[in-house]
Amino acid sequence: MLVVVNAAGWPDVRQAFFDRDLFQESFPDIARAFLLNVKIFLIAEAVILVFALFIAVLRGLPGPVFFPVRVLATIYADLFRGIPTILVIYILGFGVTALQLPGVPVSELFWGTVALVLVYSAYVSEVYRAGIESVHPSQEAAARSLGLNRFQALRHVIIPQAVRRIVPPLLNDFIGLQKDTALVALLGVVEAFRQSQIDVSATFNYTPYICTAILFVAITVPLARFTDWLVARDRRRQLAGGVR
Amino acid sequence: MSDNGAALILEDVRKSFAKLEVLSGIDLVLAEHEVVCLIGASGSGKSTLLRCVNLLEPINAGRIVVRGEDVTATGVNVNELRRGIGIVFQSFNLFPHMSVLDNITLAPRKALGLSKAEAQARADELLARFGLADKRDEYPDRLSGGQQQRVAIVRALAMQPGLMLLDEVTSALDPELVAEVLSVIRELAAEGMTMLIATHEMGFARDVANRVCFLDAGVILEDGTPEEIFGAPREPRTQQFLQRIVEAGRL
Repeated sequence: MLVVVNAAGWPDVRQAFFDRDLFQESFPDIARAFLLNVKIFLIAEAVILVFALFIAVLRGLPGPVFFPVRVLATIYADLFRGIPTILVIYILGFGVTALQLPGVPVSELFWGTVALVLVYSAYVSEVYRAGIESVHPSQEAAARSLGLNRFQALRHVIIPQAVRRIVPPLLNDFIGLQKDTALVALLGVVEAFRQSQIDVSATFNYTPYICTAILFVAITVPLARFTDWLVARDRRRQLAGGVR
Repeated sequence: MSDNGAALILEDVRKSFAKLEVLSGIDLVLAEHEVVCLIGASGSGKSTLLRCVNLLEPINAGRIVVRGEDVTATGVNVNELRRGIGIVFQSFNLFPHMSVLDNITLAPRKALGLSKAEAQARADELLARFGLADKRDEYPDRLSGGQQQRVAIVRALAMQPGLMLLDEVTSALDPELVAEVLSVIRELAAEGMTMLIATHEMGFARDVANRVCFLDAGVILEDGTPEEIFGAPREPRTQQFLQRIVEAGRL
């Protein structure tokens, strides 16, 4: 901190990045545009939570009968984790909309969101899979021995335990997703980052970027604390006074 | 042979893991209301045998008939079969994310289709009977080992099985907690529950069993009443095993 403030270029940087008046001026616009980020994030997250679980379950199906399904799910995860997010957004956002297929939405916002869903579902499906595999086989044995079928055992016994264990890495991915909503700007969608770019190019001052950064952090931190609280509450309920 | 009247028939059941043959031809018949204890050293195949009966492990050869139904035939509905067979494990295997009540009512509701109220009434009755009524809303990790194992037994009983398989249910318990679990099993035996019990508790086996089977190297080497097995074992291997047990002070 002291190094920064005492640096030779600090006065210039302060003026270019931390202009109080400009901050106040650009904040309302960017905050309004940021609502779009929140919207993209909330919708994408809801879809990812379900879709990624579906992929993870497909990858865990046993027996030779499901071999093709497992292969397809694996290819999906490999592909979308491998391609840079930015490219997926470009390919879907500009490619699919240019096809002009009847009945298919041409909105860049829509396809940008789909791209995020596809990329992040690939990551999250692996997180789910790790969680599912971490539940001891004796739990499934107990569930199946009571006469529950495979789906019921997954639904009521395996997945609830898996999800509790993967909350921290899951939150990691969602914070990543939250930030990557800014990439949808590349398709021309005016969200917070694009809005701040517009403001920056109008004033040649970078303060709007700081404004955007603050908005992203402002939503990430409460989310992180909320999940911490959820995990702690759950642990308290399950365990007798553990080691502190 | 006639399949009628027997709760469980095993015919030449064989099971291998990779190249290791764990069960090398098991023949065993349990009549209804009979309690049979399986004894034998660790690794003699007791647990595997129990897991094969409710098809948690597929067998390689032989035949298993549960209450007249050949469960090793193709096309058997394993879920339906397992609903009629209760199994209790050495390590309890309660569901840690659910309260005691939910542990017990899950399968009756989801597998038998009971309403929540019916399943809860059934669970409450069983909990009360086994002195666990005050634990109904606790989570498993807050209970002692003995309480957890009693809950596991109640969970199996809530399905109203016709046959119970107990897999060394006291082996993971502190000595002072063993008695409370064994008394539950004694009570079940007295009520006429058909049970196949793998155990290291020889004193208990002698008290509760109608018959005791000594398993050695994947076969039932000796099969008889408790008096015969513990009083006058015929086979040298059985004698040797029991001798060690006596030396260890467990009989």
